[in-house]
Amino acid sequence: MPSPKRIGKIEFGLLSPKEIRTMSVRKIIWADTYDDDGFPYPQGLMDLNLGVIDPGLRCKTCDQKASECPGHFGHIELAKPVIHVGYTRLIRKLLRVTCRSCSRLLLSPEEIEKVVGTEDDLTGDVLSEKDIKKERVCPHCGEQQLKINFEKPTTFSEVVVEEGKKIEHKLTPADIRARLERIPDDDLRHLGINPDVARPEWTILTVLPVPPVTMRPSIILENGQRSEDDLTHKLVDIIRINQRFKENQDAGAPQLIIEDLWELLQYHVTTYLDNEVAGCPPARHRSGRPLKTLSQRLKGKDGRFRGSLSGKRVNFSARTVISPDPNLSVLEVGIPLAIANEMSIPVRVTSYNIEELKQILRNGPVRPSLGHPCGANYAIRPDKRRMRLAEGNLDTVADMIEPGWTVERQLRDGDIVLFNRQPSLHRMSIMAHRVKVMGGKTFRLNPAVCPPYNADFDGDEMNLHVPQTEEARAEAAILVSVQENLLSPRFGGPIIGGIHDHISGIFMLTNQLRWFTKQEALYLLKNMPLYNLPPAGMTAGKVNKWSNKQVFSTILPTELNMVFKASSCQNCETCQRELCERDAYVRIFDGKLESGTIDKKAIGAFDGQIVQRIIRQYGMKRAAEFIDDITELSIRSIMLDGFSFGIDDEDLSKTEYGQIDEVLQNAKIDVQRRIRIYEDGQLEPMPGRTPEETLEMQIMQVLGKARDRTGEIAGRHLGLGNSAVVMAVSGARGSMLNLTQMAGCVGQQSVRGERIMRGYDDRTLPHFRKGDRGSDAHGFIEHSYKSGLNPTEFFFHAIGGREGLVDTAVRTSQSGYLQRRLINALQDLKVAYDGTVRSTGGKIIQFRYGEDGTDPMKSCFGDPVDVKGIVESVLKEEV
Amino acid sequence: MSTGLNVLDHVMVPDHKIMSEEEVGSLFSTYNISNEQLPKIYHDDPAVKAISAKVGDVIRIIRHSHTAGRAESYRLVIKRPKK
Repeated sequence: MPSPKRIGKIEFGLLSPKEIRTMSVRKIIWADTYDDDGFPYPQGLMDLNLGVIDPGLRCKTCDQKASECPGHFGHIELAKPVIHVGYTRLIRKLLRVTCRSCSRLLLSPEEIEKVVGTEDDLTGDVLSEKDIKKERVCPHCGEQQLKINFEKPTTFSEVVVEEGKKIEHKLTPADIRARLERIPDDDLRHLGINPDVARPEWTILTVLPVPPVTMRPSIILENGQRSEDDLTHKLVDIIRINQRFKENQDAGAPQLIIEDLWELLQYHVTTYLDNEVAGCPPARHRSGRPLKTLSQRLKGKDGRFRGSLSGKRVNFSARTVISPDPNLSVLEVGIPLAIANEMSIPVRVTSYNIEELKQILRNGPVRPSLGHPCGANYAIRPDKRRMRLAEGNLDTVADMIEPGWTVERQLRDGDIVLFNRQPSLHRMSIMAHRVKVMGGKTFRLNPAVCPPYNADFDGDEMNLHVPQTEEARAEAAILVSVQENLLSPRFGGPIIGGIHDHISGIFMLTNQLRWFTKQEALYLLKNMPLYNLPPAGMTAGKVNKWSNKQVFSTILPTELNMVFKASSCQNCETCQRELCERDAYVRIFDGKLESGTIDKKAIGAFDGQIVQRIIRQYGMKRAAEFIDDITELSIRSIMLDGFSFGIDDEDLSKTEYGQIDEVLQNAKIDVQRRIRIYEDGQLEPMPGRTPEETLEMQIMQVLGKARDRTGEIAGRHLGLGNSAVVMAVSGARGSMLNLTQMAGCVGQQSVRGERIMRGYDDRTLPHFRKGDRGSDAHGFIEHSYKSGLNPTEFFFHAIGGREGLVDTAVRTSQSGYLQRRLINALQDLKVAYDGTVRSTGGKIIQFRYGEDGTDPMKSCFGDPVDVKGIVESVLKEEV
Repeated sequence: MSTGLNVLDHVMVPDHKIMSEEEVGSLFSTYNISNEQLPKIYHDDPAVKAISAKVGDVIRIIRHSHTAGRAESYRLVIKRPKK
């Protein structure tokens, strides 16, 4: 392997007029491109010396054909010098730091030494504009300096003070060039400019390079007309004005006309270089579209750098909308037949597979339905020639192949592909799945793999890539597969697990104790890899019955022992353990669920305790099987009972509505009472707060409590029979707060953590009296989402909601940029074989990775050793 | 030290020690590195001044670590480049 090369230095310089003339192959003087026969004019912009774009012609410089000639530069001699827009800031700086008469730095040698240091002890600093006082006298020739004004885009002028009046005296590019020419080389070095490669006068153009035709090709439209590139158009303008300028100059035209032409030439050269300069109207095409000139070609997202050089396109990829399919394994991805027919995998013909490949070739490129075996799209001969397969030549090609050929076979079930969703923020954004060819037009995936991709099905699209070599497929299967990415390297816990309905379903299955008949038990376990039901847990009369915990235990590995608390655990002071009335104490003994409810804590993505334990004890493969089983079982159990939700589910009875009203009334009265105390000046302020702040805090507290009380009242009525409660308690979706807002009272709306205070003078809306401090005037919503908001409440709700939206938008963009910078800084670091973290130069960043040398992915939520897990498996008891 | 404040006594400042020549030699051989590959510390760092280390010395820093409990790190003293 070649050793990496170290870059010694990078030099940035300017093109000198001499260099421009040396690299030029032709002086361009004619503004025309092609003559009537369609042949380029000599010394025109399409001169044959500049390279050729028409096939058949040969370049006059290098004698090569259109495809081989790289193109050559020409040049235009400008009638008078013009300023290069890209260097106006440098020119301004140089004019301000040098003398207008002798062009030397406006600093004495001692002053220079102060900044730059002596010759033996250089500080490495260079002079800047700030080091020089304005309008001083030149220390070398005693000339009084004048203020230099710069007006965008390219006008420089000196300010002369005459009789108290300021008069601007314009500097022509020729004047400026003369001044820059006189700056001594040594002074430039102090300014950080290397005069060997960048003399400042080269920023004023006297010669303009004409880029090769190859970078501004003309295109022939359908009607046979030629259409020139934007750059060519701009060069035509420059040559025309330049020519006119020369003629006027030679004819001795008046100064006024010369100045006008000079400015026009400056405008054209400026827009040729950059058509988006401030203070300069952009040059436009006849249609009114601004021209795309040099700087526009490089800049921006679709420019040369971001668009062409960093931007990459690939073959063998597909993109479409995603949709869920709970019947797929998490390791699979469903692919539409149309995509599977289009995408291929090259298979080398050997004596072992030749018969199979012949059959595939005979199947042809059109696979009519899912039931048919895959065909092939191309056959590649040993000399790398591709043969497209079509209806007519299938048998011929099939008979021709022999070892040495390659067949591009269509995608079929079991092939490994890479699946990706942008933004690819972590490594789990690209994972390898096994193909399952399906109908429809969308990619299908098991909802359990949504968390790592951060995908949902509201129109998300995802990309798919087909690895083309054996090595790539091996890497994909061994390193990138979903199975290898169940654990997040961020915290060492599972990132793939049940979501939403999986959690609701498994909660409803396992909560408390239920008994199923054989028929019901088999319905639940229909898709499980199970050969025998365990012995029935109960016999009622003559009917055998199986408990819900038994049903769940069938998918657990035997010998699994663990104890933990479910999401529904309330953290009571003294834990009731097995006797917990919420059934939140989960105990698994030898692979049997003895007590407790399975919910988000046990199988959810990000938390999944059981998943985590199975990975540690039985490995990734068993864990992937477990996730498949759990998704199947939970979906079937949610289907056994049925699960639905509507706003009517939040209906309460008359008594509850009465209680809620009472609570809110009392709160309002309490608020009024406190306001009265405050207005009487009787309010005792809290330490460090004004009476106003104290009052606000008290009001917020009272109203907050009132809302929580309504939630409690509603919660008493709504039990586990309510779908929303099931979802909130199991951790599947939503919270009890959401429920409170639907059934009880939406509560106080806030902006920056305070009640809503903005709006008109002393009031939020004209519906209220000035100075009203009451709860309803400052954004307290006493209605629930179910009962509906009144107009003022609705408005306050919109204010609070908008703040939330803005906050999330700002936060995501800020944290995204922060993460990007962090990743850019750390991306090339790696852990060496001796456990140190090193940069590419071999420099040590950390002497031991993470100071303890632990791979966070192999850790247990950050701890290198899962002590609790080990003790539980051995003692089969809670630690 | 006229001010009487020793930064090394502060709870947030980890333990800094100058390493002897043999220690430095064995450090270089265990990690198979030259002094250029070590992390750096400026000569005017308060802790470096407190233990009066010279440019070219290697300092051992022993920290409390959230992950490992105790973590050792080594830094080469270099001159602060002028701004």
